[in-house]
Amino acid sequence: MTGRKSANSSSGRQRDGRSIVIATVSTVVVFGLLGWIIVSAPNWPQVSAQFFDPELFGASLEDLIPAFWKNVQIALIAEVLILVAALGLAIARGAPGPALLPVRFLATAYVDLFRAVPGIVVIFAFGLGIPALDLPGVPNDPTFWAVVTLTLLYSAYVCEVYRSGLESIHPSQEAAARSLGLSHLQTLRYVLVPQGVRRVIPPLLNDFIGLTKDTVLVSFIGVVEIFRTAQIKSYATFNFTPYVALAVVFIIVTIPMARFVDRLAARDRARSQTGVR
Amino acid sequence: MGLAPRRSDPSGEGFESAVAYEIAKRLGFEAADVAWVPVPFVQSFAPGDKPFDMYLTQVSYDDERAKAVDLSDGYFDQNQTVIANADTPIAVVTSVAGLADFKLAAPVATTSYQYIVDNIKPTQSPLVFDDLAAAFQALNGKQVDGVIVDLPTAFYAVAVELDNGTIVGVLPTVGEIEHFSVVLSKDSALTSCVNAALAAMKADGTLKTITDTWITGAGAKELT
Repeated sequence: MTGRKSANSSSGRQRDGRSIVIATVSTVVVFGLLGWIIVSAPNWPQVSAQFFDPELFGASLEDLIPAFWKNVQIALIAEVLILVAALGLAIARGAPGPALLPVRFLATAYVDLFRAVPGIVVIFAFGLGIPALDLPGVPNDPTFWAVVTLTLLYSAYVCEVYRSGLESIHPSQEAAARSLGLSHLQTLRYVLVPQGVRRVIPPLLNDFIGLTKDTVLVSFIGVVEIFRTAQIKSYATFNFTPYVALAVVFIIVTIPMARFVDRLAARDRARSQTGVR
Repeated sequence: MGLAPRRSDPSGEGFESAVAYEIAKRLGFEAADVAWVPVPFVQSFAPGDKPFDMYLTQVSYDDERAKAVDLSDGYFDQNQTVIANADTPIAVVTSVAGLADFKLAAPVATTSYQYIVDNIKPTQSPLVFDDLAAAFQALNGKQVDGVIVDLPTAFYAVAVELDNGTIVGVLPTVGEIEHFSVVLSKDSALTSCVNAALAAMKADGTLKTITDTWITGAGAKELT
């Protein structure tokens, strides 16, 4: 488009005008048709009343927004722990030499295990199982176990993101660092981690968005957060509008994050294409 | 005729199964005509065609709920009840005010949670679980001190589900007495028939006989 515009010929401008008209017409037709199909459905009045009740929508938001604070707290605390734990795991998975095989083995087993087991099962096991052991000094607060579980689960995924970042650094850099006399850990600290992590910031943020949404899993061990609040309201009224309100809250929160990830990724692409680092 | 109970129970054993067969009989159906379909709670009020004609799972009547589905007249009047582990401090509480300092829980999809928030006004935020199993697990793990459920569930829980469970007491009714209703599709042609059947069952004492057969209300102290 920009290329065509810079040509600045009158036929180019005409083409632009025509494509705007075509785009507008096709958008109106497609969405108009979809809307008409939905609204003309025989059961639309009941679906509309049970999913899009404006009064209940407002009342739901009033309850959901304070409840969402719980999700935000859990996501932020877990994210910090995940970033640290996952980096440790990624380094452990790449531990060099035959002597460190047990470290590699344990880290790999951990990642395999927590990527394999559905999150809901892990939540039940830690959130309801461990407190039932009645061990002295072990907290039984479900919010605590929610943070622990999400950290365990997401560390496994984020470990793999870090690892792909570390492995994307050309081996010659490690060789160069080692030949300068840096130890393996120093090489990680000064050469590999700073570059590798920078490359994976977009996928890391992507996982953070996933984590934000997965905080609703903690409702299963009793925490009354945004999903449970919506569910309570839905069951009390036999109406699905509270879930629609919940979706809107998550959309408002995650879309800016998603756009931010896009911008970072675009910047990264531009850099690697021009060769500037 | 299709029925949807919480536990698919075609035996006629148990309170709601017995009520369902009695209603069906009065609508002119043989026991063999009754088909049971398992339905998740959320589907009972989802818009659209329902896979059942009647749904009986201890659904409490509520004006808001009645906007989405038809709710029959009541077939059981119920009170909220507190259950806990025996030998814990909450087990000897005698008043509603005395409950406020304990950590309480309720299963979701019940009116119990609202009762906690509105009437007990606890100092610690209550927990809410998807089902009784999770709530009882939390009780065993001492994550909560007491669970609020309806009275029939309380008796079932103490007798069957909990090893060391006890009924702390029946909570007083606030406002109108809560009753369980049969759920039917919105504007179902059957609703008036079901209400007529229930009225007849109340008039000739059948409902009381069924209730007395399956639900023992004796032995639970009332909280003040």
